[in-house]
Amino acid sequence: MANPAPAPIATAANVRHSLLVRVTHWITALCFLALLVSGVELVISHPRFYWGEDGNSLTPSLFDIPIPASRSYVKTGYNFVLPDQNGWSRSLHFQTAWIVVFTGLLYAASSLRSGHLREDLLPATADLSWATLSGAIANHLRFKPPGEEEVWSYNVLQRFAYVFVIFSLFPFLIWTGLAMSPAITAAFPFLVDLLGGQQSARTLHFFASLSLVLFFFVHVLMVFLAGFWSRVRTMITGRADARQEHL
Amino acid sequence: MSRISRRKLIKAGLAGTAGVSGIAVAARIAGQHGLIPPDFGGIYGCGHTLTYAAQRLLTRNSNAREFRRSQISKTPHPKGKPPKGDEFPRLRADGFREWRLKVDGMVNRPGSFSMAELKSYPTRSQITQVICEEGWSYIAEWTGVPLSHILNLAGVLPQARYAIYYAMDGWVDAIDMDDAWHAQTLVAYGMNSGDLPVGHGGPLRLRVPRQLGYKGLKFLNRVTLTDTLKGVRLDSEYSWYAGI
Repeated sequence: MANPAPAPIATAANVRHSLLVRVTHWITALCFLALLVSGVELVISHPRFYWGEDGNSLTPSLFDIPIPASRSYVKTGYNFVLPDQNGWSRSLHFQTAWIVVFTGLLYAASSLRSGHLREDLLPATADLSWATLSGAIANHLRFKPPGEEEVWSYNVLQRFAYVFVIFSLFPFLIWTGLAMSPAITAAFPFLVDLLGGQQSARTLHFFASLSLVLFFFVHVLMVFLAGFWSRVRTMITGRADARQEHL
Repeated sequence: MSRISRRKLIKAGLAGTAGVSGIAVAARIAGQHGLIPPDFGGIYGCGHTLTYAAQRLLTRNSNAREFRRSQISKTPHPKGKPPKGDEFPRLRADGFREWRLKVDGMVNRPGSFSMAELKSYPTRSQITQVICEEGWSYIAEWTGVPLSHILNLAGVLPQARYAIYYAMDGWVDAIDMDDAWHAQTLVAYGMNSGDLPVGHGGPLRLRVPRQLGYKGLKFLNRVTLTDTLKGVRLDSEYSWYAGI
């Protein structure tokens, strides 16, 4: 795409992110924060993880998170018990899950329809060559700030990361979450059987959440590298101007 | 105001009106089909309602997963503390022979059942999982009489919508009639081929295996049928429906 002239008002030519992308991005960002905080609170009530169907304080664990717990009967090595925050955490976690599911469905449906998925997210065939990929990896490892072309388009690694997070990690988090529900698994037992059991679903949900946290940190780091305010402004107003980069 | 923006405004107004009235109609239909939980209000009411409505539509007639005998946990975590006061130790000393389950409210024949009577009714044994909201779980075999059998004996009035249940330690909770009538909802007096231990709520507890552990009340001694939960003190600070 050609470099557009800076314009005071958003026109089709200088809209980098559509309104739908911007709104769903920020809703998802807020949901991520709410799910993370409430999820951490839920882990604090039992910071032990197991594999298979069952597991509790009397069972050997697969691994423990070395943090204090909010339940006195969980042995953590700390001689104090944290306050129980599961009341609001549970309600916030599940309500936010609904919001993020609706937001995700809206985003996915509209991305398919508008061509956003094909044009902006799926890597171009030409970019799948070893030379392009290794070049992109090398640039990232050197923390090289992106060039002007990336004001208007995602690079190939970014595309892989976004497609993976949106179309694999989020659905997997929803799957492993639903697999912990005794009512849902009553109707759809394969959801939990395929994962190896109730406790396996919980452990996988935890690791998927951890992957999402990792993605979040890398994402924010890359935004800093590209010019924090210009990128954040673009995600708010939709407008981008290559000449304002790094100002 | 230009013509375009006026047209946009009218369109937006119509869409807004359609949206609001659509939600109102949906809420009405949901209410008629028993898809609105009692905790539909408040800041988390939206999430509670969506979860309850979706799971009632998808799972109303499903059975919780049952397991093989070999999958029974070696270490089921006992969390029940004997109710305070003199009555529980007195009943316990006597082997709980005088423990009674009272059934009242919207029933034709209010009354109470002794442990011996409960054990004389058709038994059901099921190997199901207790899943605690904290994340841990165990699998055990539960033996008891289906709550539906007790409800039939008491003759539930058609307008009953909830079964409120009470524990000797003062805890109060409630389930809807879908779960109250469900085949796996058990008034359990046995666990893993023995009497139900006090640590697991013995002599009598409710098992609702399609919901989380906190809906399975220990030390059960009363069930009240009602058409509303308004004004009823329920103790759990978690969502009323726990199918999650």
